[in-house]
Amino acid sequence: MKDYEIVIGLEVHVELSTSSKIFCGCSTKFSLDPNSNCCPVCTGMPGTLPVLNKKATEYAVAAGLALNCNIRKRTIFDRKNYFYPDLPKAYQISQLYFPIAENGHIKIELEGYEKVIGIHEMHLEEDAGKLIHDSDNNNTLIDYNRAGIPLIEIVSKPDMTSSDEVLAYLDKLKTSLQYLSVADCKMQEGGMRVDINLSVREVGDKKLGTRTEIKNLNSFRAIARAIESESNRQIELVKKGEAVDLETRRWDDISGENIRMRPKENVEDYRYFPDPDIPPIEFSDQEIDRIKSSLPEFREEKIIRFQKDYAIPKYDAKVLTSSKKMADIFENTANLCNRPKEVSNWLMVEGMRIIKDNNMDLWEVDFNPKKFSKLILMVEEGKINRTIAKEVFEKIFLEDIDPDEYVKKQGLAMISDDRELGKAALKILDKNPGAVSDYKNGKTKVLGYLVGQTMKDMGGRADPNQISKILKGLLEEI
Amino acid sequence: MNDITSMPALMLASKIKNKELSVTEVLDQQLKVIHEREPLYNSYITIMDDEAQKQAKLVQQRIDAGELNDSPLAGVPIAIKDNICTKSVRTTCASKMLENFVPNYDATVIEKLKNSGVIVIGKVNLDEFAMGGSTKTSYFGPSKNPWNTDHVPGGSSGGSASVVAAEQAFISLGSDTGGSIRQPASYCGLVGFKPTYGTVSRYGLVALAPSLDQIGPFGRTISDCTAVLDIISGHDPKDSSSVNIKNYSYMEALVNDVKKMKIGVPNLFLNKDLDEDILNCFTEVVEIFENMGAEVEYFDMDKLKYGPQAYYVISCAEASSSLARFDGVRYGYRTNDYDGLTDLYKKSRSEAFGDEVKRRIMLGAFTQGPGNYEAYYNKAMKVRRLIYDEYQEAFDKYDILLSPESLTTAPHINYNNNDPKDKYRSEMLNVSVNLAGLPGVSIPCGRDKKGLPIGIQLIGNRFDEKKIIRAAYAFEQVKPYKRPSTLI
Repeated sequence: MKDYEIVIGLEVHVELSTSSKIFCGCSTKFSLDPNSNCCPVCTGMPGTLPVLNKKATEYAVAAGLALNCNIRKRTIFDRKNYFYPDLPKAYQISQLYFPIAENGHIKIELEGYEKVIGIHEMHLEEDAGKLIHDSDNNNTLIDYNRAGIPLIEIVSKPDMTSSDEVLAYLDKLKTSLQYLSVADCKMQEGGMRVDINLSVREVGDKKLGTRTEIKNLNSFRAIARAIESESNRQIELVKKGEAVDLETRRWDDISGENIRMRPKENVEDYRYFPDPDIPPIEFSDQEIDRIKSSLPEFREEKIIRFQKDYAIPKYDAKVLTSSKKMADIFENTANLCNRPKEVSNWLMVEGMRIIKDNNMDLWEVDFNPKKFSKLILMVEEGKINRTIAKEVFEKIFLEDIDPDEYVKKQGLAMISDDRELGKAALKILDKNPGAVSDYKNGKTKVLGYLVGQTMKDMGGRADPNQISKILKGLLEEI
Repeated sequence: MNDITSMPALMLASKIKNKELSVTEVLDQQLKVIHEREPLYNSYITIMDDEAQKQAKLVQQRIDAGELNDSPLAGVPIAIKDNICTKSVRTTCASKMLENFVPNYDATVIEKLKNSGVIVIGKVNLDEFAMGGSTKTSYFGPSKNPWNTDHVPGGSSGGSASVVAAEQAFISLGSDTGGSIRQPASYCGLVGFKPTYGTVSRYGLVALAPSLDQIGPFGRTISDCTAVLDIISGHDPKDSSSVNIKNYSYMEALVNDVKKMKIGVPNLFLNKDLDEDILNCFTEVVEIFENMGAEVEYFDMDKLKYGPQAYYVISCAEASSSLARFDGVRYGYRTNDYDGLTDLYKKSRSEAFGDEVKRRIMLGAFTQGPGNYEAYYNKAMKVRRLIYDEYQEAFDKYDILLSPESLTTAPHINYNNNDPKDKYRSEMLNVSVNLAGLPGVSIPCGRDKKGLPIGIQLIGNRFDEKKIIRAAYAFEQVKPYKRPSTLI
């Protein structure tokens, strides 16, 4: 029985989060109202001309640096010519000959090993519009809101050999770009789109097998499933001695099928040539250095620093840095209340639970560190107990309430006044004559039961030790 | 002869400014002449009667309010080549493809003209998508040369030339990709100015070949042309190829002085294909310049002969891509009957584009096809660089260059130039100027035996417009404008 290995390279398109489009002043805001975010330029009207958004190139340079690429000092935009209704000019402004960045790599970490994945190149281009099928009238409609949104395409080397590695690579890519604040990478909204190039070969074989390209993957889960399905299909073919065709395939997430779309011609005839409307873009060393020096602290660096500065375990540091927002909340709160481990526990246990229960995006969480740190101190000072603190935490998280006010308003503060506690205890003793006589007869264990009843009656807003003391006193008097 | 419409534009503007004439009065006369003569010349695709009246009223108010004191051409009617977009007025490119296309934006040059109080009165004929040299490829039929209606006005900006010669407009705008302003200007006995690439914004000019296209003015005098240039030039943030230079005041170069000016004449331009009348006329021009104190010298420029080949490869490649957007999906012509997307594309484009457009699209697609990019496109780009360098060498020695504008005068309307080599030769005098991005002006200098106008071309270095303006102005003092003898 021969063993086979999978060889995977990825082409990842990421929408940059500049406020305006790459070649016109239209907003990049995601809009449901079709064709509301477009103008004569991004709809390719006759006579209009593209003007490059400098921010988009800076974002791309930052992304290139984050992926350890060489940045080209002189980069050129090319026209990629093909007809499709979502492409208003019938050419896409992209880069072929002189992409903005090339020869990079990123390190991925998997269980038990680390691996370096090579980046072949990264180029900057414009997005196309979207075709929408109108089933009522059996028509296809076009929405150009997306046309002209800046995209970077990151082409990896064929360095991955499993879906685990692919997911780790994508996760790393996504986290790095999000840390840079150059992209949201929302897969559901098409902010990050992945094409997989996959081939199989016998272990030990040096030559690559014939690859196929799989498109239309819009979740990590779909990617893992598609890799599984396509690698099995190819291995079966090779085992039978049949040829794998060079082709483009489409993943159908609903049926779980991977379907042949079209054969891939050996040379795709896009008739690339330099776009005469856009002069070459030049970057000086100073400009590149300026962007380099403005790069933020990335996740790996944060993980190390959090362990060092806040004395939290590596596991905590990893979870807390899975999104930049989360890491910022942690750090700001920890600095305010000076209880880093306590902050970490809250975020990792309660925070993650709330995010999961509410189906929230880790990158979208918002949490006021001042209120959060107040809450932690209230617990420590015994103003509220943990059960109530959980409720308050969730309220801060979801509704941004002020913990002090909320506790007051809802009457959730701990009661420590002896008279008030005495009243409550008396009430319980009145209700439980049996237990009282049991106690009197030496069965002192029932005290625990009575404490529990009193606590319950008070909605947990008291210190059980204090109640126990008061109850004991009352029982002695009877 | 109409006293108003035969006036130079600058003279008209000063009469309007002095309140000797009102803007509406001028416009009425102009529209009257347009409608009278249109059956003869077929130069207008769209006459903007109502829209022009509205503009005229507003401009008169602005003049009266003193807002347009600095504008050299306030109140003067202008005609626009119909490949320059005008808001709410159809812009056809003389093609069935855009027969009913109405842009919702003005080209930058139109905005500038309107701001300066120039009255846009209509859209004029051209070869379809500016591909041709006669207006014969226009979907709306050819225009006629006002000097002799059996002859073409030239092209592609043939309508822009014809209307100014026929006094159906005082001035006009054309576009020049490989001689499309200078050649019709010479055929119609006018001044036609192609500025340095990057001087005038291309925003709103429907692209033929974006690295070569440049908008420029037609006028009966260099002064009128220069006044238009003052208005339409300038850096435009909407066009990345537009250049920011310090001074756009070209009118200060209208000086009658060419003493000690060094003028070079490339020998290649005086070859055996040159019409005898033109050669004689050219020799006379050289004498005139020498008599005025300029130093004229003949010299060799060898690489220019590759200009036409490089020009065709580059311009067709760019055109093939630039015209791809006309696919019947969003605007423009769409076939009635189609089966699926590919069929929609094929039929719409096949039915709406004329032969010349199809020929160039195919040629362009071919030269960029698999394996051909290096052999054709890249090689042409290298030739382009060599030509640019050769011009730079020439401008190390000379202030301006001088050549005939064209090998012949305006051909007969039935003349079919099917010999591509012949076409190449005639374009050699023009296309290298576009390849090198230089400014060039065609000025009238005489007539041939048939009475058709002959033009010469003055070529300047990049952004050296002022030198050719000065030379043209000095020359014009010796050889002033002649209106077509056939005009009533």
